[in-house]
Amino acid sequence: MKITVTVNGTDYSQVVEPRLLLIHFLRDELRLTGSHWGCDTSNCGACVVWLDETPVKSCTVLAVMADGRQITTVEGLARGGALDPVQEAFATCHGLQCGFCTPGMIMTARWLLDHNPDPSPAEVREAISGQVCRCTGYENIVKSVLWAAKHDGDDGDDADE
Amino acid sequence: MNDAYGPVPRKEDARFIRGQGTFVDDIALPGMLHGAILRSPLAHARIVSVDATAARAHPMVVAVLTGEDLAKRGMAWMPTLFGDVQAVLATDKVRFQGQEIAFVVATDRYAARDALELISVDYEPLPPLIDALTALDPGAPVVREDLPDGNHIFDWSAGDKEATDAAFAAADVVVECDMIYPRSHPAPLETCGAIADYDAVSGKLTMWSTSQAPHAHRTLYAAITGLPEHKIRIVSPDLGGGFGAKVPVYPGYLCAIAASMETGRPVKWVEDRSESLMSTTFARDYHMHGEIAATAAGEIIALRARVLADHGAFNAVAQPSKFPAGFFHIFTGSYQIRAAHCEVTGVFTNKAPGGVAYSCSFRITEAVYLVERLTDMLARELGMDPAELRMRNLLRPEQFPYTTPAGWQYDSGDYPRALRLALDMAGYDELRREQAERRARGEYMGIGLSFFTEGVGAGPRSQMDILGLGMADGADLRVHPSGKAVLAISVQTQGQGHETTFAQLVAHELGLSPDDVEVVHGDTDRTPFGLGTYGSRSTPVSGAAAVVAARRVRERARLVAAAMFEVAPDDLEWLDGKWRVRGDPDQAYGLDEIAKAAHSTLELPGGIEGHLDASAVYNPPNLTFPFGAYICVTDVDPGTGEVTVRRFVAVDDCGVRINPMIVEGQIHRGLADGIGIALMQSIVFDDTGNCLGGSFMDYLLPTAIECPSPELGQTVTPSPHHPVGAKGIGESATVGSPAAVVNSVVDALTPFGVVHADMPLTPGNVWRAIQGRPVRTDLAIG
Repeated sequence: MKITVTVNGTDYSQVVEPRLLLIHFLRDELRLTGSHWGCDTSNCGACVVWLDETPVKSCTVLAVMADGRQITTVEGLARGGALDPVQEAFATCHGLQCGFCTPGMIMTARWLLDHNPDPSPAEVREAISGQVCRCTGYENIVKSVLWAAKHDGDDGDDADE
Repeated sequence: MNDAYGPVPRKEDARFIRGQGTFVDDIALPGMLHGAILRSPLAHARIVSVDATAARAHPMVVAVLTGEDLAKRGMAWMPTLFGDVQAVLATDKVRFQGQEIAFVVATDRYAARDALELISVDYEPLPPLIDALTALDPGAPVVREDLPDGNHIFDWSAGDKEATDAAFAAADVVVECDMIYPRSHPAPLETCGAIADYDAVSGKLTMWSTSQAPHAHRTLYAAITGLPEHKIRIVSPDLGGGFGAKVPVYPGYLCAIAASMETGRPVKWVEDRSESLMSTTFARDYHMHGEIAATAAGEIIALRARVLADHGAFNAVAQPSKFPAGFFHIFTGSYQIRAAHCEVTGVFTNKAPGGVAYSCSFRITEAVYLVERLTDMLARELGMDPAELRMRNLLRPEQFPYTTPAGWQYDSGDYPRALRLALDMAGYDELRREQAERRARGEYMGIGLSFFTEGVGAGPRSQMDILGLGMADGADLRVHPSGKAVLAISVQTQGQGHETTFAQLVAHELGLSPDDVEVVHGDTDRTPFGLGTYGSRSTPVSGAAAVVAARRVRERARLVAAAMFEVAPDDLEWLDGKWRVRGDPDQAYGLDEIAKAAHSTLELPGGIEGHLDASAVYNPPNLTFPFGAYICVTDVDPGTGEVTVRRFVAVDDCGVRINPMIVEGQIHRGLADGIGIALMQSIVFDDTGNCLGGSFMDYLLPTAIECPSPELGQTVTPSPHHPVGAKGIGESATVGSPAAVVNSVVDALTPFGVVHADMPLTPGNVWRAIQGRPVRTDLAIG
């Protein structure tokens, strides 16, 4: 099937097998390897990207389902070379170790803050509870998201809007 | 001056937060093919035939390898890291569900999977051996006819049996218990995988792989493939966690190598999650019987353990070769126990091979669990508070260095201080009051302690090796003319932050900023030989090598600086990061100026060749012995059996902390492991050998909901023999925390008369314990 998908603002038209998973389309076809494949069963969330405005586990979405829609991945988060505050937060608060779950966590965190700019720690934990991190025990991920909430709009965003 | 130490942000993070890490599956080479493995659905069966004709005819399939094909290359079997052999692709029979049978290579990963369906295997089913407790029964199915001893692998013991028996005979109180440390899986979020690229013209094999031990893997691949070792390059790029799962060599790696040699093209193989959980290394699986003896006043006098170790179908443990049960004989833990004896028997079963993995410090986690559970049971028997019983029996600071009944020499410690700090942080007395009040209201709150002593940083070459390779590690330090440095190390990060911590180690020694030191790792063509990253050995061994190399650079710099000043080397002293003239400290040169001079035309004294580069191999004189005191507070719902971990207080002493931020991150991880292992993570089998933990739907991992915000404390007792006084920290919390969780849950269940319940303490298992009808937690057998 031929599909046209807008990924991080760029249109891609391509013929794909109907069974091709979105995660493999992004990684193998477009070579956007920031999103990771982790489990196949929607448990780990290493593959989280946005389908339009909504985080999805791209290991359980077919590429053809993204036809005509917008995909945002971790590679599309920085604006004009400026990191998103969530990205900055993860580095500042040691919110990652091996870095494998990080892109998915960052995408969910950005979505959370877009919808709830001042979340409680419990709300952060709930937001990332569909995703697995094997390195941090989640503590510093929660701290990172709370740090980003405090620093959202500090820099970068103004120039864009 | 510790200016380079401290919580500096990690160098690694810049690429990961942008999605620009390079994990094995992120790499695509021109012309690369994709491999997939056909696996056995049966746990035990003779292979009558494997017919790959239809698969070979698939238009996108380039090659299919069976065991017979590998046998022609002498690669159907491979050595394990513990001197056994393991089938790469089965030729005679399959011995566990998920065992590798054939390897398909196709032009894309979907086609490779499709073609697996086209391979026809004719099996003759055999009765499987699933329950390790029956492995040595007469008439038990034999897993390994290729070995003389049937299902029996080893008997091993440590300690003084007679003295221990005598102490037990004289004891006022003896408490004993059977306990299972269930099979779990390290489950790094990135599964295992590799790209093998054999260049027939140069005869060189380049292998990108998920390896925690690239140099050891290179040596092993040379032995298996017959390729000379200098024609093999292993690259271990960014690893998405390891935790021990990426220490062994797996059949998939060798299939990729054979397929690349066969096709002349790069071949990628990446296992999926089910393959990972079902076939790569498991952890634990110890069936333990422990006994503890004490006086009526609460002095622990003896400890005894009998263990049956389930090693699965091949003995593929990854641990020092002189220790078939790993370091389990550290089992007297943190207490002054005069007499101790343990016996361990290893057996084969029809389950995946492995056994030493998952941040266990070579079985110390099993040992800590045993002694910490028994200590709690003893406290209950004596009517003593478990904190008081521990405090009474902990080793005293003046007893260090301390030699245990099984021969370990603990390097340093102040155990009572760590326990006191943990009790203070937890508000222990107040917690006990709260518990009493809640119990009166019919609420079940538990307070669980554990105190652990770790032994990490394997290890002294004369005592510790893997396949004959002594466990020393190297470091090469090059200093450029501008004074910037590149450190090449034999260990590599799987998330621990080596690129940062090792830069800090060198910067501290040389008066540099960590930003001035680039750390190269994970590439055997660019780094010195070493045994790799596991067993919390990076900082104790390779970190020490880096420091020794840096100090050698510093001494060379002294000679050059002396030539620059035209004074004798003895007239210089190292102060605040520079070589300074004694008595005139403003006369000083930093490494940048000295490096420039070392590379210049400056006339140097005889014997100095110029440049400042140095290397070192570090052979540790002993392990380092980190320790800690943990307190876990839980709430248990008696109606559902659900456990909520409310608080986790963790006081760790890992000696000098180079980057405290990274150290605390490591502890956070281990505490989550403790919650996962104690409450949910378990690989269970049914009676036909079906693995019931083959996906993340079944093998449950803790999420942000189950993990509380940990409360960390620290004491610092430097290691007397490590160059900067550091001890390993990577596994401390994984080793120490499961016992605290289980002690807490059992404590909560005291009103129901529960004295022990086996992990995993799932709601079902807790509920059965409350009902007084516990079941085997390692088996799903009617």
